[in-house]
Amino acid sequence: MDRNQLQRQVALMRSSLIEQVPNPSLPSLKLLVGYLDEQQFLQLEDLQDDVNPNFVEEIVTLFYKDSARLFHNIEQALKSRPVDFAKLDNYMHQFRGSTSSIGAIKVKNECNQFKEFCLAGNAEGCARAFQKVKQEHETLRTQLETYFKLRRQAGLAETV
Amino acid sequence: MTVEQRNDDPRDQFPIGMRVLAVDDDPTCLLLLETLLRRCQYHVTTTSQAITALNMLREDKNRFDLVISDVHMPDMDGFKLLELVGLEMDLPVIMLSANGDTRLVMKGITHGACDYLLKPIRIEELKNIWQHVIRRKKFDSTNQKTSGNQDRSNDGGGEGELVSAGTGNSDHSGKVNKKRKDQNEDDDEDPDENGHDNDDPSTQKKPRVVWSVELHRKFVAAVNQLGIDKAVPKKILDLMNVEKLTRENVASHLQFQNPAFRSFPPGGMIGRLNTPSGLGLRGLPSSGMIQLGHAQTSGNSNNQVKFQPVTLQGNNNGSILPGIPMPYELDQQRNKGLHIGDLSTTIDDTAVFPLSNSLPDVKIATGNGSNNVISVTNNMLMLGHCQDAQAGREFGNHSSVSVAPLKPEFCSPLQDPGRCNENWANSVQPSGFQSNSFPLNDRQKHAALHRSSSRDNMSVMASQIGVNQFDASSIASASFRPDNSLSDSQSSMIQGWGNLHKQDSSCRPNLMSSSMNSLVPVNGGLGPLEQGLDLKNPMYHRNMDFDSMGQPNYVDPLMVKYEEVEKSTMETLKLKQAYLMDQQRPQGSYMSNNFDPLGDVVSAMMKQEQDKAEGEFDAYPLRV
Repeated sequence: MDRNQLQRQVALMRSSLIEQVPNPSLPSLKLLVGYLDEQQFLQLEDLQDDVNPNFVEEIVTLFYKDSARLFHNIEQALKSRPVDFAKLDNYMHQFRGSTSSIGAIKVKNECNQFKEFCLAGNAEGCARAFQKVKQEHETLRTQLETYFKLRRQAGLAETV
Repeated sequence: MTVEQRNDDPRDQFPIGMRVLAVDDDPTCLLLLETLLRRCQYHVTTTSQAITALNMLREDKNRFDLVISDVHMPDMDGFKLLELVGLEMDLPVIMLSANGDTRLVMKGITHGACDYLLKPIRIEELKNIWQHVIRRKKFDSTNQKTSGNQDRSNDGGGEGELVSAGTGNSDHSGKVNKKRKDQNEDDDEDPDENGHDNDDPSTQKKPRVVWSVELHRKFVAAVNQLGIDKAVPKKILDLMNVEKLTRENVASHLQFQNPAFRSFPPGGMIGRLNTPSGLGLRGLPSSGMIQLGHAQTSGNSNNQVKFQPVTLQGNNNGSILPGIPMPYELDQQRNKGLHIGDLSTTIDDTAVFPLSNSLPDVKIATGNGSNNVISVTNNMLMLGHCQDAQAGREFGNHSSVSVAPLKPEFCSPLQDPGRCNENWANSVQPSGFQSNSFPLNDRQKHAALHRSSSRDNMSVMASQIGVNQFDASSIASASFRPDNSLSDSQSSMIQGWGNLHKQDSSCRPNLMSSSMNSLVPVNGGLGPLEQGLDLKNPMYHRNMDFDSMGQPNYVDPLMVKYEEVEKSTMETLKLKQAYLMDQQRPQGSYMSNNFDPLGDVVSAMMKQEQDKAEGEFDAYPLRV
């Protein structure tokens, strides 16, 4: 791909990720629609500058690393009997904080679902909601990885 | 990162280079926060442990200007950190959380957070956080002067009953909260709150002085220290040692306090009353207020007491009577009817307010012809004044609505006491108010007034009064809502007042009655109602607030005073009126009524003031 194409792709993907309107020219990106909160993500990108050239990637990586830890905790808590809902809520609250910092809307929505079940003391519901959270989490990760790859390629293309 | 470089930057370029300590256990959020802060050109230090943060802060308090902390942290609760930092280092702390639940936010505020941000954070929000640093600095410096005193006063409660009444009796925590709130508010409004509007340098003759609670406490402390007999404005001023406060301010305030104690010096007093001192109701438990405090103790004291001082403050954050700016201003501009108008407006919240102030209002109000305003103010004043007078009499007898009681002296400005009384009396009478004449002397009348009106009315009135505009009609309507028995009398009373104003007296009646009613119920202390329904109104207004609380309680002290006044009708009024009356104490004679600790002081002061005031207060222009 030449530089322009790459860049265009990057732009398209990004807008798909952010906006709710699927981009017809990139059918594969339909899946990405609405994954990220525009404002938040844009802010992240905005923070990326010469001083912080890889900020977005950095923070996303950090997010995934930290969420792995939280997921582990949640799973443990879900397995334990009796289920400690307060703890669950606590962990999820933390996780939600970082997801919103990234701007991961869908993941956050699933988190909210989880919280509902948690408040209701529904362990099964929590477990199911948690599965969904993980799913969305993974999907987003894939999308973002692709996005970053494209960006890097476009960036490299530029320097070339 | 240029952070280090910025570090070298002198704070001259503030907020650039502001040193922030960021605490959050979530690494993602922490990284984001850090980056955002750096983008704002602050100097950032981060840590994911609250304990580490504390240690850093303890090592060197001056290392940071501001702390941002997450609420949810594993090693220490964010609120706890908040408290500790506030106490030990007195640094501004901003809370951060993904949870925006109101209760949590409230918790943050009560623990001393200067702001509460929700995650995800945006850079726009961070761009403004430096204001908290400035505020804190400003507040601290201004507060040093006042808070110290205030604390003394508050704690001492010694200022006598004045203070304690308002605060001591009532809920201490409330007071504390209030204080904290005040402080917070002060923080925000710093310059204004501390009783001195920055706008006008004290050099100006008539700066608007807002008699915040703190200021009032200082005032009270000074007065106590000097002794009532010797509490002359000059000395009080010196003792208070508050910048930008002029002798005149103090004098006005003094007068305000004393409505009950002294007969209002014609004109002068009223004017004074209006002035800040009057307004000071907020801060000052001016006779009316203070009395309320007492009264309150019985019942809603908490509310009331707090309310009173608070109310004053409440309205304007710091200004004594938020609602009634006039009082203070009145002082300054005694002659301007404007004040009164303002009062009315401010009255809304500060029911407490203006009682004392109101008197002056009366004067002014009438003069100006701004009917509403004037009447209101007058009422307010009256209320305040009345309270004193009435307070003794019987709280319940608000009916006597201080309005009338305004002793002739007082009334004169209003238009001539006789007239006032008459008006009031007449109007009131109908309902059996006994207070035919409002003359302060004639407490009974007040009592009657009080009695008749239902508390609600009074409160309503009071509230009405508070309502801007103290539009008589509006007030009237408002107060009349509950209008109970007093309505008639009240209306008449109001009418009386109305006359004063020269406005449509019919309008006034409502006010009056309402005020009476409201006064009674609510603030008991609002005594001034008696004096002038208008006065009461403001008070009532306040009372209203209290009302919910349970006014009767407040009224107690006042009620006592009212005893003297006819107790005939207004029960509710009584309370209020009593309170008011006490304040107003038509001539200081009421002082004897029970209420008083403040009353005494006030009267004494009033007397002194009176002398002084004579010249100043022009006869209340109650030119009806």
